[in-house]
Amino acid sequence: MRDDIITTTKIPSLWRRFKDSYLWHSLKKDKVAFASFSVFILFVSVAILAPVLAPFDPYDPSSIDIMDSELPPVWQEDSEAKFLLGTDAQGRDLLSTILYGMRTSLLIGICAVLLQCFLGVVVGLSAGYFGGRIDSFLMRIADIQLSFSTLMVAIVVLAVFQASFGAELYSKLALFMLILVIGFAEWPQYARTVRASVLAEKHKEYVDAARIMGFNNSRIMLGHILPNTLSPLLVISTVQIANAIISEASLSFLGLGMPVSQPSLGSLISSGFEYIFSGSWWITAIPGLVLVVLVMVMNLLGDWLRDVLNPKLYKD
Amino acid sequence: MSFLEVKNLEVSFNLHSKSLKALQNISFNLERGERLGIVGESGAGKSVAAFAILNLISRPGKITAGEVLLDGEDLSKLSSQEMRKIRGNKVSMIFQDPMMTLNPVFTIGAQMIECLKAHRKISKSNATKIAIQKLKQVQIPSPEMRMNQYPHELSGGMKQRIIIAIALLMDPALIIADEPTTALDVTIQAEIMELLLDLCESNNVALILITHDLGVVSQVTQKTIVMYAGRIIEQGPTNEIINDAQHPYTQGLINALPQQTLPGEKLNQIRGSMPSLQDIPSGCSFNPRCDFVLDLCTQKRPEFTQSGGCSVACHMVKAMKDAEKGHSAHE
Repeated sequence: MRDDIITTTKIPSLWRRFKDSYLWHSLKKDKVAFASFSVFILFVSVAILAPVLAPFDPYDPSSIDIMDSELPPVWQEDSEAKFLLGTDAQGRDLLSTILYGMRTSLLIGICAVLLQCFLGVVVGLSAGYFGGRIDSFLMRIADIQLSFSTLMVAIVVLAVFQASFGAELYSKLALFMLILVIGFAEWPQYARTVRASVLAEKHKEYVDAARIMGFNNSRIMLGHILPNTLSPLLVISTVQIANAIISEASLSFLGLGMPVSQPSLGSLISSGFEYIFSGSWWITAIPGLVLVVLVMVMNLLGDWLRDVLNPKLYKD
Repeated sequence: MSFLEVKNLEVSFNLHSKSLKALQNISFNLERGERLGIVGESGAGKSVAAFAILNLISRPGKITAGEVLLDGEDLSKLSSQEMRKIRGNKVSMIFQDPMMTLNPVFTIGAQMIECLKAHRKISKSNATKIAIQKLKQVQIPSPEMRMNQYPHELSGGMKQRIIIAIALLMDPALIIADEPTTALDVTIQAEIMELLLDLCESNNVALILITHDLGVVSQVTQKTIVMYAGRIIEQGPTNEIINDAQHPYTQGLINALPQQTLPGEKLNQIRGSMPSLQDIPSGCSFNPRCDFVLDLCTQKRPEFTQSGGCSVACHMVKAMKDAEKGHSAHE
């Protein structure tokens, strides 16, 4: 046998592997999941493409005419054809505003969850891996954090910020503040999930094997244990993004979220709320519907993902 | 000086402010290329001994006394960084259950290459070449294909071969195999043992084989240590221990082999079970289960007695040896 003739078999391309994977197969088979996935992809792409797709730019005051305010959607009387879903109280095209608002909501949701995930993984991984005092200390912090509700923390922080630095500065930094507050308020969810999986994984022999190969702690934690805890992480991430979007919407509804000039779905719902009894139901109802669908779709996807990633839950 | 010298090794576990000694007074030597078997029932401290050699006892346990000299360097006193250079490089270990030892989320190739790159400055293509070469050494068919497979795609025997290949990656001088064939089915056990033996012989690798299968020990090893309740009770050349066991416990283990019983008869067994570390009996820790127990056995711990090539810790053997000596002196 000659050692120098070594042919490596070709690894199939990433796309090919994805198409052949069980994940894709089960997504195609599960009608609800497939529908949710399609809707989610649709929402994400229109949100990303909002500046291209939207007929008006809601951030541009010059394109808004107050005379167009509170026009109903096209299928109702007194409507104008260029405003497909009607206009809000300031005369902004509702469709464009929803597209931009969804962009803001998703951005806040995803970034806040990335922040949660980062903090939670760092804390949970160290707590689970090192154990002992470090574990007790970190998890007690997590418990304390969990005993404050997200909304309460957010309301206090944002209200104090707004009061001390003024509403103008706040409206500039609102996006970052929301990401930070929602990110910090919910990290214990991740920390607990990661810690639980790490505790289960760290006694498996591959971890001992990795230690015997002479790898250092950080390499074992990040390179060997973390990849084995990814499936619960993915599952809670879908739920957490939905939760973060809802938190953002609630805060905006309470007037602590995105300013009216750069509306998210929540602040749009809130701004229309005052007009609901004067007959302009669409300003609140349509963004509300979009929010509900977005959150529901993500939760359904999370459900499906949990079933797929946990083979013990296989259903026929 | 031997390649590996273990001197008076002691490992304790601190539990609820009580210190339990899992290993006491473990001493043995191993030359380069020599093969040593450690046998004993479950709980005798075999695996703890293996981990202690690699200084990998995790809390609440720790090495409380003794030294492990590898080429004259005391492993129990090295910093964790220096120790990492030894592990996987000079000494590697094979575990019991091949299903659990490979990381399920990485391909075989990725795991082998990672190990190589952790210890050597080496390009990925060179690492791949070495990995494939090692897979060929352990007689894996179509090794190039296996590199891209995940552990779950392989059978148990195949996985254990791959684990042996990983253990051989850095050309270690010592391999510790902790019951390497227990989780495999019987037909594959023999194959894997033979492979391990061949590889150790051809590469001049020393082997510490931990097992409770005396049959395997007799085929593979040159020296044997019998452990009971954290202590060595008998050690010496394998053929002497197998053919002429001195300690009642070792005799019991050998009599318990199914081959020692005629068809239709009950299997022999050693009555009772290993004491837990919390209540080890005074004197000889084997005394409650021993058929030849003397008064002395419950009072005093036996010292090692030389009997042929073996050293045995048993009062009865000592008494017999003394009687023999007295007898021959008399004549």
